[in-house]
Amino acid sequence: MRKFNAFKRYFGLLFLFIAPFVIYELISGALKHIDTKKTELINSPVNWIVIIAIFTPIAIGLVIFGWYAFRGEYDHLPQKSKELDV
Amino acid sequence: MNGTNNVSKIRSVIAASSVGTMIEWYDFYIFGMLSTTISLQFFPKDNPTAALLSTLAIFAMGFIVRPFGALVFGRLGDIIGRKYTFLLTLILMGGSTFLIGCIPSYEKIDIWAPILVLLLRILQGLALGGEYGGAATYVAEHAPVGKRGYYTSWIQTTATLGLFLALGIILLVKSNMSDAAFNAEWGGWRYPFWISIVLVGVSIYIRLRMKESPLFSKLKAEGKTSANPLKESFRHKANFKMVLLALFGAVMGQGVVWYTGQFYAQNFLETKCKLDFEQSRTIMLWAIAFATPFFIFWGWLSDKIGRKWIMMAGMALAIFTYRPIFNTFLKDSNGHYQEAFSGKGITRSNEKAIGTKIEAISNSEDSLMTRNTLVTLSNGMYYTEVVTDTIHKINQGTAVGLRAQKNVHVNTSTYWQFVGLVFILILYVTMVYGPIAAFLVEMFPTKIRYTSMSLPYHIGNGVFGGLVPFIGLLLTTTYPADPLVGLWYPIGVAALCLVIGVLYLRNKIDRNIND
Repeated sequence: MRKFNAFKRYFGLLFLFIAPFVIYELISGALKHIDTKKTELINSPVNWIVIIAIFTPIAIGLVIFGWYAFRGEYDHLPQKSKELDV
Repeated sequence: MNGTNNVSKIRSVIAASSVGTMIEWYDFYIFGMLSTTISLQFFPKDNPTAALLSTLAIFAMGFIVRPFGALVFGRLGDIIGRKYTFLLTLILMGGSTFLIGCIPSYEKIDIWAPILVLLLRILQGLALGGEYGGAATYVAEHAPVGKRGYYTSWIQTTATLGLFLALGIILLVKSNMSDAAFNAEWGGWRYPFWISIVLVGVSIYIRLRMKESPLFSKLKAEGKTSANPLKESFRHKANFKMVLLALFGAVMGQGVVWYTGQFYAQNFLETKCKLDFEQSRTIMLWAIAFATPFFIFWGWLSDKIGRKWIMMAGMALAIFTYRPIFNTFLKDSNGHYQEAFSGKGITRSNEKAIGTKIEAISNSEDSLMTRNTLVTLSNGMYYTEVVTDTIHKINQGTAVGLRAQKNVHVNTSTYWQFVGLVFILILYVTMVYGPIAAFLVEMFPTKIRYTSMSLPYHIGNGVFGGLVPFIGLLLTTTYPADPLVGLWYPIGVAALCLVIGVLYLRNKIDRNIND
């Protein structure tokens, strides 16, 4: 179990890096494909901006998840509501 | 209370919750299914592509605002109760849908037409964001121990049944009138929107007779309800980390599998395979009809073996089989491929010219000639072949250009093969979606359950899932060489979710959710 928990923690690092990578890819994709001449309407700036605006907070959530996983917060999952301190 | 009364009570709880939720899904989906007609009514007609894209963007807006609806109505549900909150969402959804059907066209009220559609679509998204969590929580809090997965799986059938109802009503209306009558300003396309008000009226009547959830009533009587569910859900680290785990380890993957199986597949059959209107829709109807009972089966099974591995298996199967399945759709509906590469000795048994059109090319002396031919193949498949040639004025020559196909009608065996393949796609949906309501309910405590489970659910489904068709189109436009490139988005999201789910979720069923 200890080995598995250590494994889960290392994977947390992976999620910490995946999230900024996804945002980087989205922004560089937007810069490359945004079509201001409106020949390809799907590649309009508005569409790309909306997608980046939606996925950035989610990617931040993935960073927090990765950080929690790395810190071992998911080694033990709560069995009862009392453990959720609310 | 005796056993018969209990069973009867839980059945009426499920019926009242499910019918309302199914109607909300119906309301939500008819907009997407009528997007082409809506784009012609509510946007300027001089650029139909821009109009369709704007309509799809408004359709997507309905998905994007769902998490905000989850926050607003989830909070209400945890403060004033489940019953009145999901009654409110039902009224909001039904009213918005009916009013979309009453908006005059762009020609009559100009820019106000798309603005009103957008506002009502946002209201639809907010209402749906509040509805599902309430219905799932309400049923789960009535369900006996050991049957939570089974009972909540009835709620899980509602999204698919709502889609089924929307497809069925649109087909029924369309089959009873001409295309012109259906697409007219006050034509048949508005009927599905108007029908909604009747359905919602019936559902409100049923729901008004229901009582509040027993767990919530008990909590309220003891004065233990949450004063600030948003703060308790997202600012308490212990609960917030479970919200993140629910999103990234389960709902994110479930959302993309759901929308790939039921929306992307239909869109793919229509726009990539070019199947005719009737075949593309009836294939979906048959597959949905055959697959829907499996929501109940997986929900029931999850009570016996746990929720986690059923959901993870659904995701894994989707990841590894999406590309082969969609590739089969593409090949078996492509007349040119059937003739030249299938190796089955298929030939053209009949060709009938149905029209030629010559158009001048702007800023050039050359012209474009488009020839439409009705082609029938020896295997029974038929389609309209569209060949576009360029006629050069200077050397009087003709350059053979593009060969495309439309209105494809596949033969009977291919038709049922496609029904089978879509059935498999929807079977994956049933695996990931059937047990998820019980799974989410068991993750969070009663006093903040509505808020805590609604947000990850609607980010997973509304944002990750709802954007599958749009991001698919974006990828296909950006990388046109690969017609299956749009699948990499759901495959990638499902793969990440699978890794997180396998590593971090537990399979234990929480017997006691009364805390």
